[in-house]
Amino acid sequence: MEPTDTANPDYYHRVVDCQWACPAHTDVPEYIRLIAQGRFTDAYLVNRESNVFPGILGRVCDRPCEPACRRGRIEQKPVAICRLKRVAADHRDDVTARLPKIPRAKNGKRIACIGAGCASLTVANDLMPLGYQVTIFEQYGEPGGLMRTNIPSFRLPHTVLNEEIAMITDMGVDLRLNSPVRSMRALLAQGFDAVFVGSGAPKGKELKLPGRETAAANVHIGIAWLESVAFGHIDKIGKRVLIIGVGNTAMDCCRTSLRLGAESVKVMARKPRGFFKASVWELEDAEEESVQIVINRSPKAFVTENGRLTGMTFDVVEYDLDATGRITAERITGEEFLPADDVILAIGQENAFPWVERDLGIEFDKWDVPVIDKLTFQATRPGVFFGGDAAFGPKNIIWAVEHGHQAAISIHRHCQGETVSERLAPGINLQSRKMGMHEWSYANDYTAVERRLMPHVSLKERFKKLNIEVELGFTAEQVAQEVQRCLNCDVQTVFSAKLCIECDACLDICPVDCLTITHNGAESELRTRLKAPAQNLTQPLYVSAGLPQTGRVMVKDEDLCVHCGLCAERCPTAAWDMQKSELHWPHASDEAGALDARKPKIA
Amino acid sequence: MTFIAKPKVAHPSLPKNARGFTRRDYEGALSTLCAGCGHDSITAAIVEASWGLDIEPQNMVKLSGIGCSSKTTAYFVSGGHGFNSVHGRMPSIAMGANAANRQLSYIGVSGDGDTLSIGLGQFCHAIRRNLNMLYIIENNGVYGLTKGQFSASADVGTKAKKGETNFQPPIDPVLLAMTLGATFVARSFSGDKQQLVPLIQAGLKHQGFALIDVLSPCVTFNDHEGSTKSYAYTREHYEPAVHADFVPLEREISVDYKEGETVPVVMHDGSRIVLRKLDAGYDPTNRTTAAAQIQERMKAGEYLTGLLYLDVEPQKGAFHFVNNTPDEPLNSIPYEALSPGSQGLEKALARYR
Repeated sequence: MEPTDTANPDYYHRVVDCQWACPAHTDVPEYIRLIAQGRFTDAYLVNRESNVFPGILGRVCDRPCEPACRRGRIEQKPVAICRLKRVAADHRDDVTARLPKIPRAKNGKRIACIGAGCASLTVANDLMPLGYQVTIFEQYGEPGGLMRTNIPSFRLPHTVLNEEIAMITDMGVDLRLNSPVRSMRALLAQGFDAVFVGSGAPKGKELKLPGRETAAANVHIGIAWLESVAFGHIDKIGKRVLIIGVGNTAMDCCRTSLRLGAESVKVMARKPRGFFKASVWELEDAEEESVQIVINRSPKAFVTENGRLTGMTFDVVEYDLDATGRITAERITGEEFLPADDVILAIGQENAFPWVERDLGIEFDKWDVPVIDKLTFQATRPGVFFGGDAAFGPKNIIWAVEHGHQAAISIHRHCQGETVSERLAPGINLQSRKMGMHEWSYANDYTAVERRLMPHVSLKERFKKLNIEVELGFTAEQVAQEVQRCLNCDVQTVFSAKLCIECDACLDICPVDCLTITHNGAESELRTRLKAPAQNLTQPLYVSAGLPQTGRVMVKDEDLCVHCGLCAERCPTAAWDMQKSELHWPHASDEAGALDARKPKIA
Repeated sequence: MTFIAKPKVAHPSLPKNARGFTRRDYEGALSTLCAGCGHDSITAAIVEASWGLDIEPQNMVKLSGIGCSSKTTAYFVSGGHGFNSVHGRMPSIAMGANAANRQLSYIGVSGDGDTLSIGLGQFCHAIRRNLNMLYIIENNGVYGLTKGQFSASADVGTKAKKGETNFQPPIDPVLLAMTLGATFVARSFSGDKQQLVPLIQAGLKHQGFALIDVLSPCVTFNDHEGSTKSYAYTREHYEPAVHADFVPLEREISVDYKEGETVPVVMHDGSRIVLRKLDAGYDPTNRTTAAAQIQERMKAGEYLTGLLYLDVEPQKGAFHFVNNTPDEPLNSIPYEALSPGSQGLEKALARYR
């Protein structure tokens, strides 16, 4: 293998699995260390810089960081990253004084954002401090988009939602509530310098089966139903409820039903467990509330009697799985009728743009989805940008936030007359953590505690009102233990080949056998002859330059390194060092700084 | 030294041996040696070898004298028995323990000072008696614990850290052992575990005295320009002559050896040492020619390494054979059988009257 190019910022970034997996590249280890020190406000602000809504995301984030967490590869359960984020948000002080300053003198550029969801709010958050005038058009009477309409308040309290939205709208955003945009042409005619479409994926999928029309009064589309509950238009449901689909919306629907009077709630899944779209923790929370998840049932028909829904029939399906768990064959083995007073459809959602005229130069593809550049988020018409679910279909909040950041960069470049596709590249800084002999400025002890469990409001209490938040947040003791589970993956093992005397000290002391000094070879072959075979192909090998004495190479399998720093501690020549990596992931403010620096200085 | 203990966390797929132990179960206390010390690598090799031999930790006896090297018995197989003896007197302790219980695996770790200066007499007689033990010399050419004076194994012309040159001729433990009739003589390097680990395994299985002289650089006092026992110098001047692979009873000799180049030697328990000659003209079973070649190459400034001499029938002169020791440990023999009683004592004494 060629020596690893550690100058490429991606290399060390990727070692920090959580940060690499996070769409917004939140500096997770850094904020966990701050929480460990009791610096909740600082931890909150580290979060806010990348993910904008730490309090919201600390409760309802889709958590791509957690399955990626290295701790999960070492002892199954990852660090409770999301719960710790909430700790920072719950215990912080007032941050008003530390939020970006908004210049009184504006730069004269006006930006329109459509939909006051997380994507548009992020765009406003990034552009307001640069002097832009941002107008957000929102169809409902309150901002928040899907965060408000689709996430029940027992998971995300309105106080948290309102506070974090206000941090942005208070920057002086021109927020126009109850102002649905009905025509893109009319909006463009208003002369905005750029338009950002963050209108989400507001159209729930329909299930066209016999009896659907007759039963219409008691068949609800999941996201529309949740929205009506959120705004208080619906406050009760029948005793027996069937939820069709087993994604996260289904989980919200079943748990909301229980709070509106349902006594028996069944979630109907077409396929076995393992094929469910819902996050594991959302499934667990629903099952804790006695929601029954019925597998291998494919909806067949709505059954009605005298024009009223009485239940549904399902095909009972049987699947053959191969060794890898893939379905190789399926067959119908019978039919089943389940009685129901209400059925909620939660089988997916789509974005929809009936209000975008098709002759504006905004191209739509064969699925009637706008053609969006993956890097710049610009539509085929310059100056029109899409982000969040509106851009590439339903994802999640954290993806929408990152779309917002990227779109804000594009909008800034567009408004300054720069090419939108040429943007600042990410960078990484490394700084040694060595303080002296045997002193490292990070907690490198491996703490063998298991993942802490989130305490919940008792099953008796939680159903009394719709908006009782179920998760109580970690206790001080739980926080103290959970923070120590973080392995500090951002404190990198940095190797300098020319200093190595091949004494083997690092190889001998490495608790997880991730180091080997050996003759170089092709990666696939090299992986087999390391001290512990490197079987996780998703994790890279670090290969050094040839070592001075024998020309062999130092190979590190990044997979299971616990960043204990013993290699550096044991190295007699400091060929190994522990250096903290700090990712520089550019936002619109960095872009602005870089553009300003290029301008000629006038004395 | 380092102060951070090796965390208990381990690679999740760490293999287990026949006794159900992982390599980590053969580790010991936190090493207090300098970071980068060759001795720590030898410790790691002993851990690896003991794990590979499926030794029950409680069946291992670790013996040592005084010195940096002798501290290391605390750093491996913490479940084994240990004895730190007086300086240079480790062979006496090994002898006594060995006489009392021949069923345990004896491993003595000593240094060039402990063995070749203060303990030279004991060392010679342990070889002569062909005591059943593995004797490892962690050889770095200096007295590390007393700040780096030349030891008895320092080569002529080698320079101390402060610059003075050594003029006294060294005692070479390998040649010495050959002349004293040792039945298993090897030399290796702390930086070459591929060679060292099977040597330790073969040495532990050898029924008689097994000596491994391990060149083990002193990273603090003897790893500079002008030193003949530094990492760099050792790498340049060490010549593997015979590679020994230890093949446990259960495993077949792997097929990648070419016929004629290898000599399998069957051990008392049916396991084998497969000798692979890397130097075609070298015969590791001929004491006379082997010793001559080692000496010749040493004059040319090269250390021959590997299993340099092996007596394929060590039993003839072995300690247990000569002294007719019982198979079972003394502590398992009933008191009545062990003690002749007052009448028996009288009888025995009468023989000398």
